[in-house]
Amino acid sequence: MSHVWRPLWVVIVLVAGVLTFRHFYVPKDFGIQEQGYMYGFHRLSNEQDWINFPISYKFSKDDSYCQQCHPGHVKSLLASPHAIIPCEDCHGPALNHPDNPPKLQIDKRRALCLRCHANLPYPGAGRNVMPGIDPLTHNPGQECVECHNPHNVMEGLQ
Amino acid sequence: MERRDFIKSAIVVVAGAAVPMSALELMNPKDVLAANPNLKWAFLVDTTKCVGCGMCVKACKTENDIPWTANVSRTWVERYVVTKEGKVWADCPKQARDGFTSPLLDENAAGKISVDPNDIAKGFFVPKLCNQCDNPPCAQVCPVGATYKTPDGPILVDRTWCIGCGYCIQSCPYGARFFHPIYHVADKCTWCYHRLHHGMKTACVGACPFGARQIGNLRDPNDPVTLAVLDGRIGVLKSYFGTKPQAFYIGLSKEVD
Repeated sequence: MSHVWRPLWVVIVLVAGVLTFRHFYVPKDFGIQEQGYMYGFHRLSNEQDWINFPISYKFSKDDSYCQQCHPGHVKSLLASPHAIIPCEDCHGPALNHPDNPPKLQIDKRRALCLRCHANLPYPGAGRNVMPGIDPLTHNPGQECVECHNPHNVMEGLQ
Repeated sequence: MERRDFIKSAIVVVAGAAVPMSALELMNPKDVLAANPNLKWAFLVDTTKCVGCGMCVKACKTENDIPWTANVSRTWVERYVVTKEGKVWADCPKQARDGFTSPLLDENAAGKISVDPNDIAKGFFVPKLCNQCDNPPCAQVCPVGATYKTPDGPILVDRTWCIGCGYCIQSCPYGARFFHPIYHVADKCTWCYHRLHHGMKTACVGACPFGARQIGNLRDPNDPVTLAVLDGRIGVLKSYFGTKPQAFYIGLSKEVD
């Protein structure tokens, strides 16, 4: 019967090898979790991995985080129609500001303002109701902030 | 009492008590709670409020470390322009990371299309993101258990376990998944799982000046999103796939799918 046993031993050793490898390679918390086999088969600790992902934006309510150090700017912003825009939309993510980074990079480019204020003639769309300009004819090449104060837009031209 | 009677009565009592006891076992409060966790996230998009500024896409890419120049994004905004003859145009240049600043429609190989403003019957913007389906086909097809549904809703990808086969990218009816150009694994919107678990809103919700995006907990009966989902006139994308999407839309038009 050695002709049967010889290949069988090879198979047994291979299977044992795979099972041993699997035992050490697959994480202990890997398996069928709460959501069942179809949707919940995963490594449980990965949920915590994602929760630990670093946060960049504060997006605090009524800009309360920014207000602690920049009350003047926030006050003038909140008094204008731009009050609905969170500070970090233009100033970038606060991260751990003021510790890191100590200074935020402000996006003062014309392209930023045009995201809302380039007029698009769509009946029924909110975009059409907002004050809009044609970027090709309205002072092309100039930055908007050269004339308009982005914090207090009602202040008039500078 | 005879010994025989005692044994008979004992058997009757034990058998009779076993029936209600088994019912109690079925009603184990732990099982009930596990089936109804306290958190179940849902997303609400009000397309009538969107102006196509793309601040959500910008914030999402920055928050979640998605390469700025790569043509991939976890969320995107689509523009639809319908002419009076009924012709539908749609575009989404660079996933709208720079917003919509030109009336020209970016039709890729066909070039930039100009539509006469007098011919436009309606034009609108539709923000899109992962629907975190209750029946997620992407999690079902994963051959290695790298993508899965969390108890509170969002579907996540284990970057250490994904082999990058791309089955999930193919299986998503909404095109919400993509191949991450740096990590070389499947990537998708997590509804900012890290932010939700620290009591914050998602980056796109926080960045939207117009309140077009909202996220809420369906287990909280007073949550504005829950109220809108229960009572509002809402729709979901591609309901015919049976994926039970958990992103709900206000103001969907028949051109959108």
